[in-house]
Amino acid sequence: MMEQIITQASSYAAQIDNVIHLIAAIVGVWLAVAFYVFFSFIFKYTRKRHPKAAYITGETHEDGKWVHRAHFVVIACDVVILVFAAMAWHHVKQQLPPAEATIRIVGQQWAWKFTDPGLDNQLDTVDDINTIDELHVKVNTVYHFKLEAKDVLHSFSVPVFRLKQDAIPGRVITGWFKPTKTGEYDIQCAEMCGIGHGVMAAKIVVETPEAHAAWLEQHKSQNITQNIKTKNLKKLAINK
Amino acid sequence: MTIDHAHDTHHHEEGFFKKYFWSTDHKMIAKQYLFTGMFMGLMGGFFAYALRMQQAFPGKTVPLYGVVTPTLYNALATNHGTIMIFWFAMPVLIAAFGNYLIPLMIGVDDMVFPRINRLSYQVFLLSAIVLIASFFVPGGAFGGAWTAYPPLSANANYNLTPWGASLWLVAVALEFVAFLLGGINFITTFMNSRAPGMKMFDIPMVLWTIIIASILFMASVGPLIAGAIMLLFDQTMSIGFFDPAKGGDPVLWQHLFWFFGHPEVYVVLLPAMGIVAEVITVFARKKLFGYKTVFYTMVGTGALSFVVWAHHQFIAGIDPRMANLFTITTVLISIPIAEMCFVYIATLYKASIEFSTAMLFALAFLAEFFIGGVTGIFLGASGSDIYFHDTYFVVAHFHYTFVPIAIIGVMAGLYFWYPKMFGRMMDEKLGKIHFWGTVISFNCIFIPLFYTGAAGDQRRIYNYQNFPHTNTEFLSDLRTFATISMVSMLLFQIPFLYNFFVSMKKGKVAGKNPWKSNTLEWVADSPPPHGNFKELPEVYRPPYEYSVPGRAQDYWPQNEKA
Repeated sequence: MMEQIITQASSYAAQIDNVIHLIAAIVGVWLAVAFYVFFSFIFKYTRKRHPKAAYITGETHEDGKWVHRAHFVVIACDVVILVFAAMAWHHVKQQLPPAEATIRIVGQQWAWKFTDPGLDNQLDTVDDINTIDELHVKVNTVYHFKLEAKDVLHSFSVPVFRLKQDAIPGRVITGWFKPTKTGEYDIQCAEMCGIGHGVMAAKIVVETPEAHAAWLEQHKSQNITQNIKTKNLKKLAINK
Repeated sequence: MTIDHAHDTHHHEEGFFKKYFWSTDHKMIAKQYLFTGMFMGLMGGFFAYALRMQQAFPGKTVPLYGVVTPTLYNALATNHGTIMIFWFAMPVLIAAFGNYLIPLMIGVDDMVFPRINRLSYQVFLLSAIVLIASFFVPGGAFGGAWTAYPPLSANANYNLTPWGASLWLVAVALEFVAFLLGGINFITTFMNSRAPGMKMFDIPMVLWTIIIASILFMASVGPLIAGAIMLLFDQTMSIGFFDPAKGGDPVLWQHLFWFFGHPEVYVVLLPAMGIVAEVITVFARKKLFGYKTVFYTMVGTGALSFVVWAHHQFIAGIDPRMANLFTITTVLISIPIAEMCFVYIATLYKASIEFSTAMLFALAFLAEFFIGGVTGIFLGASGSDIYFHDTYFVVAHFHYTFVPIAIIGVMAGLYFWYPKMFGRMMDEKLGKIHFWGTVISFNCIFIPLFYTGAAGDQRRIYNYQNFPHTNTEFLSDLRTFATISMVSMLLFQIPFLYNFFVSMKKGKVAGKNPWKSNTLEWVADSPPPHGNFKELPEVYRPPYEYSVPGRAQDYWPQNEKA
């Protein structure tokens, strides 16, 4: 159902979708039964068909039976939903599988800045590759992200990954994803961040290891000079 | 608004200003709240119209409004939400119905604190004026969402509305003051002034719901008032309570806001449930199924609503372990709410239903609220909320709760108590046109938005053309369809407004008790004079004694001896 509406492109997308399917099935049955009973009463007990109403207090044990029995089923359904929701939550948000690469994501009014660790696979080295509004990742690789915000709250959202995480100024939030399908997808900002919130779009490019290597190669030289320049500028600023 | 002063022994004829603007009569204050609320509601509806038009036809000039720029879009969306909750749902459901019904239904002549009551409305009116004023200051109205998360809301360099943000905050804080004053008055009157013989379980359910709602409001709003003052300090003096650079924490605001914000949902839900209980019992000629069950589920829902707030913050950067706790409490709320729905359905069992306009609205409230209720589970469950958070699925879900509450529930109440308020009947034919037009249009707006949300539309985006994946033809068509339905829903309020104002003068004279109802407000004249009752009624039985076996009449007023 969900995968027809929107592609699943991460390792946990299917699990989250299955929680959605499970809830849809359970509440769908409830809704159908409730509507059936509700509308059948409305059609059956009109003034014309049933001129004299019955006197039922609903206070006796016998009367309450139908309501209370339905109740135990509600509790059972709640427990099932809770278990599967918590399992998905635990998998996505409460644990970190070992990283194969770590990237930095910085939200600011109104752009996303991404830092790829570069050829040495280490952040904060001279071969880091900084990009604006475009993130390149390898398929089938576990990424950790270090999510930061420069000014106000932002929310890093990749719908095809079923991933969303708010970014908070002053904090570094670590999370993970593992892309499973190559292609170009939307990155959104999902938290109100000012007048440019509606244009804070970015692109994630999930590519094969070969394509990613080629992209790294292409960006290597210009970024090293760029990074050394910025570092020098920062030093200059400090010296001032 | 003609008030018959023939029986008025308490006061002399008052001047126009004193009567309409300086009155301490609970009924006049109720009408002041009602008309102010309706005016603000129409304004909120117009904002929704402008922003939905922008979504359907991005960049085009919106008829009657003009071009919606990103700044304006944010201001419209922010104030649409703020107005609909604080200046429409609350004043109409709690203040208007509460003020009107509490003294009449407990059989007294007025509130115990009439002057506090008058002050409450005046502060409320001031808050509305401050909010409207925020549109005309340099920089324009605040556009940082109705939740006003800092640092965006705290710093004019980020939100670019130096005046708008502060005025918005002051307006909201003033509105809280108005409702605190009103709440004290409601609770005191309700506890101390009931008619002789009216025991706790003889009180009509709608009063219980308004009182529980007032208690919830008063118990939850304190932290947010503190938060509002802290935010105001941040805005005006850069103190930095919510500024991480100064050692503050932006997430603190979210806790303060949602600790109030979630109970607030039940503050407006409960009175609507109460109104529906009154309407369905009268038009089904049936006793409310399990009065005590309803009462305890209302109390249970209210109590639980204090421990669910962080479900708005699952992905906001709180400790992920906390999400498990709040998922459990949130999903537990399904238990009392499901019980309430079952009990209302059970009330219809073996009933004798008359489909008046008020009854149609009450039944529609239940049907629509079922949908609103079950779609909440997708969002309360942490696992699926990772995806649905801040998408249009959320928007569709809470409109499926708030529209039944603030529009459908309010309409059930207005059509039902209109004869008492104005002494004349509303036209049933126009009422039914209004009903079907409103309810069908409403469903056509929000069912497509569940889908666009599931397909990835995030909230508060003025133009989806910026996002290739959500810029498909199908999704655009759905948004356009929702917009057309929205315009249709607005247009179907015209027969209502016509009916409402014309029936005041031209409607059929109602008489004391046109619906053959049991509760005490129907003992008074329609409309009740200043002082309400010729002689104060006494109460002999619970409120819902309809179709009692062995009686010729199918109703049994609370004040009738034997």
